[in-house]
Amino acid sequence: MSPGAVDPLTGLMNWRALVFVTRGDPLSVNHLVADGAAGLMLVGGAIAAGLMTVKGWWRPLWRDWLTSLDHKRIGVMYVALALVMMARAIAEAVVMRTQQAAAVGSPGFLDAHHFGELFSTHGTIMIFFVAMPFLTGLMNFVMPLQIGARDVSFPLLNAISLALTAAGAALVMVSLVYGGFSTGGWTGYPPFTGIRYSPGTGVDTWIWSVSLSSIGSTLTGLNFAVTLYKNRAPGMTFFRMPLFSWVTLCVSILMIFAMAPLTVATVMLALDRYAGFHFFTADAGGNMMNYANLFWLFGHPEVYILILPAFGVWSEVISTFSAKQLYGYHSLVAATMVISVLSFTVWLHHFFTMGQSANVNAIFGIATMLIGIPTGVKIYDWLLTMVRGRIRLTVPMLFAIVFMITFLIGGLTGVILANPTIDFVFHNSLFLVAHFHNMLIPGFLFAMIAAVQFWFPKVFGFRLDERLGRISFWLWAVGFYLAFMPLYVLGLMGAMRRTMEWQRPEYLPWLAIALVGALCLLAAFMTFVAQIAVSVRRRDALAVPGGDPWDGLSLEWSLPAPVPEYNFAVLPRVGARDPFMAMKREGRAHLRPEAYEDIRLPKNSPAAPIILAATFLTGFALTWHIWWLAIAGLVACWIPITLRSFREDHERVIPASEVRRQHEAWLDRVAALPAIRREDETGPRNRGRASSQFAGGQP
Amino acid sequence: MSDHASAMADREHRHPGLNLDHTDPEGHASAEPVIFGFWIFLMSDLIVFALLFATYAAMSTQGTGDGPAPAQLFDLRIPLLETLVLLTSSFTLGFVSLANKYEGHPRQAIGWLVVTLVLGAGFLALEYHDFSTLIHEKHAGPQVSGFLSSYFLLTGTHFVHVAAGIAWGMVLIVQQAVLGPTLPVKLRVMRLALFWHMLDIVWIGIFTFVYLSGVLA
Amino acid sequence: MSDQHVTARRPIPDSERIGRRRELRRYIAGFALSLLLTLPAFSLAAAGVLPPAQTRLAVAGLALLQIVVHFRFFLHIDLQKSHRDDLMLILFTGLIIGLMVLGTLWILFDLEGRMLSP
Repeated sequence: MSPGAVDPLTGLMNWRALVFVTRGDPLSVNHLVADGAAGLMLVGGAIAAGLMTVKGWWRPLWRDWLTSLDHKRIGVMYVALALVMMARAIAEAVVMRTQQAAAVGSPGFLDAHHFGELFSTHGTIMIFFVAMPFLTGLMNFVMPLQIGARDVSFPLLNAISLALTAAGAALVMVSLVYGGFSTGGWTGYPPFTGIRYSPGTGVDTWIWSVSLSSIGSTLTGLNFAVTLYKNRAPGMTFFRMPLFSWVTLCVSILMIFAMAPLTVATVMLALDRYAGFHFFTADAGGNMMNYANLFWLFGHPEVYILILPAFGVWSEVISTFSAKQLYGYHSLVAATMVISVLSFTVWLHHFFTMGQSANVNAIFGIATMLIGIPTGVKIYDWLLTMVRGRIRLTVPMLFAIVFMITFLIGGLTGVILANPTIDFVFHNSLFLVAHFHNMLIPGFLFAMIAAVQFWFPKVFGFRLDERLGRISFWLWAVGFYLAFMPLYVLGLMGAMRRTMEWQRPEYLPWLAIALVGALCLLAAFMTFVAQIAVSVRRRDALAVPGGDPWDGLSLEWSLPAPVPEYNFAVLPRVGARDPFMAMKREGRAHLRPEAYEDIRLPKNSPAAPIILAATFLTGFALTWHIWWLAIAGLVACWIPITLRSFREDHERVIPASEVRRQHEAWLDRVAALPAIRREDETGPRNRGRASSQFAGGQP
Repeated sequence: MSDHASAMADREHRHPGLNLDHTDPEGHASAEPVIFGFWIFLMSDLIVFALLFATYAAMSTQGTGDGPAPAQLFDLRIPLLETLVLLTSSFTLGFVSLANKYEGHPRQAIGWLVVTLVLGAGFLALEYHDFSTLIHEKHAGPQVSGFLSSYFLLTGTHFVHVAAGIAWGMVLIVQQAVLGPTLPVKLRVMRLALFWHMLDIVWIGIFTFVYLSGVLA
Repeated sequence: MSDQHVTARRPIPDSERIGRRRELRRYIAGFALSLLLTLPAFSLAAAGVLPPAQTRLAVAGLALLQIVVHFRFFLHIDLQKSHRDDLMLILFTGLIIGLMVLGTLWILFDLEGRMLSP
């Protein structure tokens, strides 16, 4: 790639960047895997497009989804994006595990470049395009309902955040077919990712996809924080908010402050690569250690951006399925805040071995161990919530219990790693890989799956199939232990992360177990998808129009399922924590409001999809040095926003009479539903009206 | 609402920048989330600048490589001029805010906004001249050393922000002329004011820690 | 749009005129104060009457004061209760900036001392 080869029209683009063009190499398994993945994506895309055309779904997709500013639909789109990306990242994990198990004393079937791309895309996708959209989607859907709001404060900005994240994801997906990806891992450390050692366009794809996602997350944080500050229902004071809304507030604040360092780091790396700057180069006064510093200034708060939503989910799940109010509400809130602030004080523990003096390491090591305290408080609070509760072991609750045990193990290995002297031994070993998967799979992924089981009826109006849910749960739980416990052992035996070939035969049994575990997790994911598919087919039998299938405590359960576009027919007045529980206890649930008002909702806007296309093209153009297109894309981003600012009719009105008609029809329907007891909760009788445990008396 | 009650409400809900409060109580209410959101964006932006400062502080002493050190490059004449121009633009923007709040007609606001943007453009011209002198005459472009990379990124980011502010201001001039001082336009002017004043605060950091500290050997 | 159009040239009530004058004075005071802080900083650095370390400290102090002046007079942030949310946000931002900047400098200068010096 000589600098002279930049074509003014097409930049560096060339046919040989297409993955199917194998440059005359002999046919190999390595190519088959790469071509197979690319082919799978193309065929999958083609089938999806064909299905859309046959069913005539393009127009509804545009009208009801892509241009919608409804926080609920945006939330669903975020989660859908996360699931698509998760399918790819799990498949990649299985390929890597297979390579490692096959490569004890032999080279295996992948080449080093391909293996490097695999662990880089796996990490990048899991963090930025699975975890972030999943939790953002969930918070998008749930938080406004919990605080009694009609929408987030800035609906268009919300859609734009999704567009930016989706554009970043699209860049990663395109690199599967065209151009390839970085081999520098999800952290992208220079000087390896500098232009001298990574001259291709892979790192550039990583830079722009991550930057887009990072800007999207900053805007999301801003939007949620304002919503939580300014848009709560009357009487919904901060200390009456459900815990999930509290964690949303803390996560938003983390997003506002923690994404900026990542943007700074990626922009500096880009300047090094594109313009010959010397931020992180090995010569001319560059300092690559500042990259590690900046990256983890983002990276550690990011860990808590991922974990805190899970803490919110567990709080809701455990209290609902224990039929009790949360134990230690204030201490849970305080612990969340303490964790949020402490998360800004520990970033150095990701690079204890970089060479700073022992004093620096000691301070950051102690700060790291301190985080164990508020986290411990949370675990005790959840346990004490369960004590003397009437516990129902539904699918989300099963996940919660496995989470607490597994997360505790992960936390303990974390305390081990927080000790700098021990970290020097384990740094970059599979012990570390085991540790963070041990935190993120139960602490993030299990929570998200539990959240889907928990809130799915609220989103779509029908429950998920319980039997497949249980099968999926066991596969997730067993798969996790099989896949990651062996990595602790391997780490202790000295195996390093991101290794594609082993020389020690004693690793083989452990690698084989880990492979079985990875396959288990793949099966778990497929069962999860099957569970959704089967439930969609059985949606009439599983329907819960009453909207309260689990005898819930917070406001979202007082709404119909699916939730009408305006959320609340009449904005609730909140007088206590767990307001819906209070309403049920006092017999005030499902009462007819005295008066209705016209409701103003934002009109649909094509701005977000236009920005999606424009930012994707900008990222692609920057990657391939197509300067005219990059400039055109940047300008195109601002056109819809500027034009829109000259118009003033951004709202449409739903007349009070229409709201009354819909709401009262629903109330009549609820009154006709059977009020079911908790033992029938997962059975066919559950239509979403609870014979509440909270009714009349202490829970 | 009685006068007393509305005065109470004003005192309870105030946001950064010049408040519309009693001249447009309805507008004041809808300003709150919008201004608060923009204020949060500015805080996030401040983090970006803070990290650029930190990087500059490290690289201007550790990262000069074979290139020049700060004391060999900087003198204080142009930075002083830049500072005065930018400060004055912040002051004239105050008149825009006052007109935005008190006048029913956009003429004054437009006039002062034009003055502010011209001063902003003057600042950009001075800074462009500064960059061009460094690169072409002193052979101290951003590719020379880590120190110069961080210098150009820090001041360049501020430059880009000011340029964005000017572009935004020009759109707002058109909007005031076409739409008049409607509430959405007023709110946009208020946000531009916050943005501009915040850039001034960043500039205080730049002239102090880059230029004033830089000329001291 | 027309209904939102504020009627042109409405008579300005006395209370507003007083408010306006007070706010105008605020901008003038802010401008004067910031000039009063900028010019000494530049002259200190240019004249070199103090040793470099003390000059650095002095100009940093003046910058801090000027930042406060800008917040107070241009951004209208003060210590009144009505501004508590915004002030809290600024202080929290200040805390995060402090952690990030001081942490970065501590780490990078410590590394410099241990690894890059001959």
